[in-house]
Amino acid sequence: MQRPTIRTDELDLAPHIVWLDSQTDFAGWRDAARQLALSGTRPEDISWQVTTGSAQRQNSLPAVPSEARLVVPREFIERAETAFCHSDPGRFAFLYRFVWRLRLEPKLLAIASDGDTRRLETMEKAVRRDIHKMRAFVRFRSIGEGTDERYVAWFEPDHFIVERNAAFFVKRFTGMRWTILTPHASADWDGERLAIGPGATKGDAPAQDDTEALWRTYFENIFNPARLKVKAMQKEMPKKYWRNLPEASLIPELIAGADKVAKDMIARMPTTPAPHHAKIQAKHWPRREPDKAPEDDDASSISELREAAEGCRRCPLWRNATQTVFGEGPDDAKVVFVGEQPGDQEDLAGKPFVGPAGKVFDAILDDAGVDRQKVYVTNAVKHFKFEPRGKRRIHSKPNAGEVRACRWWIDRELQLIKPDLVVALGATAAQSLLGNAVPVTKMRGEVMQREDGLRVFITIHPSFILRIREPADKEAERERFLQDMKRVKRLMAA
Amino acid sequence: MSALPVREKLAILSDAAKYDASCASSGSAKRDSLKSGGIGSTEGMGICHSYAPDGRCISLLKILLTNFCIYDCSYCINRSSSNVRRARFTIDEVVRLTMDFYRRNYIEGLFLSSGVIRSPDETMGEMVEVARRLRLDEKFSGYIHLKTIPESSPELIEKAGLYADRLSINVELPTDEGVRKLAPEKKPETIRLSMARLRRKMEEKAEPTLRTKKRERFAPGGQSTQMIIGADKTSDDGILQASARLYGSYHLRRVYYSAFSPIPDSSSSLPLQKPALMREHRLYQADWLIRFYGFSQPEILAGSSDGMLDLAIDPKLAWALRNRGRFPVDINSADREALLRIPGLGTKVIAKILATRHHRRLRLEDVGRLCHSIAKLRPFIIAEGWSPGALTDKQGLRDKIVRSCEQLSLF
Repeated sequence: MQRPTIRTDELDLAPHIVWLDSQTDFAGWRDAARQLALSGTRPEDISWQVTTGSAQRQNSLPAVPSEARLVVPREFIERAETAFCHSDPGRFAFLYRFVWRLRLEPKLLAIASDGDTRRLETMEKAVRRDIHKMRAFVRFRSIGEGTDERYVAWFEPDHFIVERNAAFFVKRFTGMRWTILTPHASADWDGERLAIGPGATKGDAPAQDDTEALWRTYFENIFNPARLKVKAMQKEMPKKYWRNLPEASLIPELIAGADKVAKDMIARMPTTPAPHHAKIQAKHWPRREPDKAPEDDDASSISELREAAEGCRRCPLWRNATQTVFGEGPDDAKVVFVGEQPGDQEDLAGKPFVGPAGKVFDAILDDAGVDRQKVYVTNAVKHFKFEPRGKRRIHSKPNAGEVRACRWWIDRELQLIKPDLVVALGATAAQSLLGNAVPVTKMRGEVMQREDGLRVFITIHPSFILRIREPADKEAERERFLQDMKRVKRLMAA
Repeated sequence: MSALPVREKLAILSDAAKYDASCASSGSAKRDSLKSGGIGSTEGMGICHSYAPDGRCISLLKILLTNFCIYDCSYCINRSSSNVRRARFTIDEVVRLTMDFYRRNYIEGLFLSSGVIRSPDETMGEMVEVARRLRLDEKFSGYIHLKTIPESSPELIEKAGLYADRLSINVELPTDEGVRKLAPEKKPETIRLSMARLRRKMEEKAEPTLRTKKRERFAPGGQSTQMIIGADKTSDDGILQASARLYGSYHLRRVYYSAFSPIPDSSSSLPLQKPALMREHRLYQADWLIRFYGFSQPEILAGSSDGMLDLAIDPKLAWALRNRGRFPVDINSADREALLRIPGLGTKVIAKILATRHHRRLRLEDVGRLCHSIAKLRPFIIAEGWSPGALTDKQGLRDKIVRSCEQLSLF
């Protein structure tokens, strides 16, 4: 990557020669570029040179007229600083030409299809990639022991990136003493201070490290010969890096042997089970009893019924849900509240009415003086039905078939609890409890008597309150629901 | 067994770990060692420190604590009936290997998984101990990914989340039926419950605590999962349905698809063939369309005859060919959502198009300069001075595009 600086100063006919202190002297370039642009110096009249050796050279730049103004977007400075690390010797002139154009075309950076904007981006990309690859492919070798232990790496970047990249290594390897040597520059961290030094040669770095044998073992074994994709590997890890990677010398052999290993794996007949297999099976997986069918009608308590419902397959809703969300509350509750179906939060928690609607419901019950601990809450449908939309699950209404299938559980819950009153929260619950669709808003507040004598109080689902946007309407609806709950309390007492 | 040298254990236990596709070291919180004076940092984006000839990135030290296992999942090299050599690392050995590799800049961190020995809690407990020692004793700030054993106790999972960047639980196969058939001891219900528990925990810890007003650390890199493709008969549509459900339900950062790969000493109940790498690739592309391009899952394969992704062309092009009525799209006026639907245009190029067209109208050549090839998108766009005319509805358009893209293909 080291390109000899061509000494063109004697030959150069450009009116202005600018000397930069080093290949990475961005500050020097920026100061000179500002002054040159302000004085109206055309790009073709400047020759950019990098000082070789230790001689400092003074630049004599044209005077700047006092009224001159130059505005360059901050974005350009940042991007130019990255592109400046590129090894292209023409970069100083190119970046100055860009400044020159920006004076008249302030939006130039946004024109992605412009030739110069693309070139800037290509240079930045190359530098960023080189920085990234350095972070990836630097390999430290350890020397010394105990308090003398140090880690030294030899790396050959394409561009002048050591200075720009050193902070990354400081932050990552703070607790180590390390040195990264490259042909252009070196970076050294003694545990407290970072020092940038001159370039070095490969011979200055240690020649080996015992841990590399373990790393090579890992590399060999993490490779899956049945999935050979050499091009994909080389795209990300081009051969130019291989000479400094301790694992890379294994690659040709691994590639050459892969096809045979993979074919052998496929061709080899499966062997008989390992000797310990039977013992493990007997110890850990004694023959499972056949799954208890949920049809089992012999549940004599809510907890037995809940257990039976865990594996419910009466409708296909179990497939997408996490779990059955069964009812909750005392076996001898006087009142049972029936909602529609569990939502996102209920599906995760396995408990009914714990999501946003459940919180509204709890608060209103509390205001009405109904003790949540003494009532039983459940849903008409016990699995969450939804459509996935990215990271959200959109509630979908259960259909008549799903409601009918799940009635099996509601019926048994009611048989075991024998409540005085059931509250149908919303249309789905009413449909489940009464066997047919009911206009909830019309019949709200009514008490229906079922054929089996059970009284069913009809009202809305608390999620209805959540969906109202207008605060006044929302408050009014909450108040109506509160009155409903107060009536439920009176009916409970009756 | 304990007499095995570390190098041999490493050979056995990395060979045993390589069938897990996930290796990402990204998505965690940014941190470094400046304050602690320890070792390690994480950036938003992970770093691949090497590449194996299978084209896969080597970012983490991916190993099993042990490949002894009481489960007998037929697709797994470590199943109890397999005749592979077995080994078991000590906690100390894993900690030392991780630190030795990290200090030499071989890795971004550790991805620790394990066969289940004796009980899920005992195994999970040892994995958590490795993470604890790395964080507290070694002052290690690199990346830690722990594979979570679904049956282990909530207390252990909580501890795991305290030390790890990412936790993952494998759903193993796209359908419950598949799991029951090929991994008879695993319970899909338990796996779902564990993922649900992880999501709740992550949401709970994302809230500042009442007392300290600070957020407690819990797996900042989120959770992910893997499913094996091609070991059962699930169609691509079924697979994408399963992953859409998983993303929505458990807020996974990633679903990894791993083409079933023949393993040494494989079970006779499996298809013994080369892994379907192209199918895997197309599934990842479709997954991307759903997560970053505004496609809904049912859209991807709507109108296809067999519910399978076309192996010869990418899923967006296949979708566009099936929905030609929505094209051509005017590159100079269409909104971002419409641009995202154009085959051959990625999110970055679209951002550039949107920025550039404020200042000038784009010609076909301009678009060509911004993206790799215009062969794919020519029939689908209108640009200044360019209209595809009847090309959009031409018979044989698919084959024409396939031919012009062939030399550009990676495979």
